[in-house]
Amino acid sequence: MRLNKILKNTLLVLTACLVLSACATKKEVATDIQGQMQGDVYTGTDTVEYLADGVPDRVFFATNESILTTASRETLRAQAAWLRKNPSINVVLEGHADERGTREYNLALGERRANAAKDYLMTYGISSDRITVLSYGKERPVDSGSNPLAWSKNRRSVTVKAN
Amino acid sequence: MTKKILILLFILIPIKANALIEVDITRGNLNPLPLAVSPLSIDEESRKGFEKILKKENIGSEISNIVENNLRTSGLFNPLDKKAFLQAPDIANLKPRFEDWNLIKAQALITGKVNYVDDKLRVEFRLWDVLAAKEMMALAFTTVPNNWRRVGHIISDKVYERLTGEKGYFDTRIIYVSEEGPKTQRIKKLAIMDQDGANNKFLTLGNELVLTPRFNPASQMVTYLSYFKNMPRVYLLDIETGTQEVVGDFPGMTFAPRFSPDGKKIIMSFAKDGKSDIYTMDLENRIVEKITNHPSIDTSPSYSPNGKYITFNSDRSGYQQIYVMKNDGSDVKRISFGNGLYGTPVWSPRGDLIAFTKLHKGKFYIGVMRTDGSGERLLTENYYQEAPSWSPNGRVLIFYRETKTNSKGEGFSAKLWSIDLTGYNERQIKTPTDASDPSWSSLLSN
Repeated sequence: MRLNKILKNTLLVLTACLVLSACATKKEVATDIQGQMQGDVYTGTDTVEYLADGVPDRVFFATNESILTTASRETLRAQAAWLRKNPSINVVLEGHADERGTREYNLALGERRANAAKDYLMTYGISSDRITVLSYGKERPVDSGSNPLAWSKNRRSVTVKAN
Repeated sequence: MTKKILILLFILIPIKANALIEVDITRGNLNPLPLAVSPLSIDEESRKGFEKILKKENIGSEISNIVENNLRTSGLFNPLDKKAFLQAPDIANLKPRFEDWNLIKAQALITGKVNYVDDKLRVEFRLWDVLAAKEMMALAFTTVPNNWRRVGHIISDKVYERLTGEKGYFDTRIIYVSEEGPKTQRIKKLAIMDQDGANNKFLTLGNELVLTPRFNPASQMVTYLSYFKNMPRVYLLDIETGTQEVVGDFPGMTFAPRFSPDGKKIIMSFAKDGKSDIYTMDLENRIVEKITNHPSIDTSPSYSPNGKYITFNSDRSGYQQIYVMKNDGSDVKRISFGNGLYGTPVWSPRGDLIAFTKLHKGKFYIGVMRTDGSGERLLTENYYQEAPSWSPNGRVLIFYRETKTNSKGEGFSAKLWSIDLTGYNERQIKTPTDASDPSWSSLLSN
């Protein structure tokens, strides 16, 4: 009995160690996700590139949505200001969806997202002549993961210099 | 490319109308019919003749292997092991000793003969009912030797039709998108192959993204989406000549194309200002008609086989659901009301069912429902699968499935799968590369 108990305890300790070491990485990911998503909208900066200092190139969306968040609107206002300062630059707005939808619907959804960004830029004085919309649907993810964080990075509209 | 090679087909002996063996294909394949496919017999001179041209040691065995493989993968038949066969192929073709075939529990027997005549391939075959000790069918074909695989498929179709009472689907091709490279930068090409995976051929080079190819009713043209010059537009490709042309050159993205059942129109979506509506284009006079007009996303249109109705998916209710309307866009009715999202509706060639993709609680399903939305039946569940396409007889669905990646984002794959309407007989279709967006042709020899 006693021996049994000791053995059991050692086993417990051993498994605990294993769990802990596994936990160390798991926990990191967990806080990561918390810090990088609000609802299911990506709020991190992992994949973000910059058109100019303080001008992020992309905005993120909730699942199946094309509504711009407060943060997205801020990003787009910065883009609009930068575009006004650089009147010779035209842009392509590339709309994307995550992999959790049918291909054809996602093509339409990507187009709708890029257009939401386009409309916002236009209300801040950017002529539609300077903006081209291009949807990639689920065809060009930035993160190849099959998890909520990866999907949140992929639901995006990216402003790309066209010239 | 589609060799319109003359296949002479004549009936050797009138088919007797009396009902012999029958296979019920409306139920699952719980008891596939045991049958024996005796290798087609061949005389030494013919064997040598074909060996020289086709580089196949015994073309008779090769053709019977195709028949055997087709019948097995249908899930309805159980071809018996050739090692157990007691009667030699040449003698069996003249007059089977039914007791011998009965002994190995074969209920049906296929025999035949191959000849090399005037540089042509002549094949005759017979289907026998072992229990009734009767011939059910006898046919002969003459064609160019290169057509030998098609002969195997045509024999399979004839046997399938005689035993099930419905047309087969073996002499058909699949057009699909071949995929290679990392998930974030996939290289995609149009590819075409025989229904059994043979004769795979790439139709585009992979320089631009291509998606969703679909055959016209004659299976000689394909409509698809190409990102040529970074402008996603609907294109038309003539498989025989290789000619490509843009048909959806609208001021924005055109996508989700399909042919009308008469082949004269293409129906597709056009996305502009965040809305996607359904349009048709007449291929002869290029007249464009707007079919839906709604601020929502309307896409994945598919005609009913009589051309009078269109099914499509729309998120006008707030979520992606399936609708049916008249071909002029009037009388729009939502037909999907179950839990979850519904997409990619495709009308069965028989007209009675609509196949779809369903997303519910993080799982993807391929299912079917009646055209009024009743009788929903889910055939298969997986992490990700979509885009069903019907076999020309409306008995089998082909679709593609993607795998979940691991925590490092590795292990992605996309493959073609098929499943019977009964929900049984799920099979992966082997392709040289990863594959998606399959579309099944019509029966080539009709």
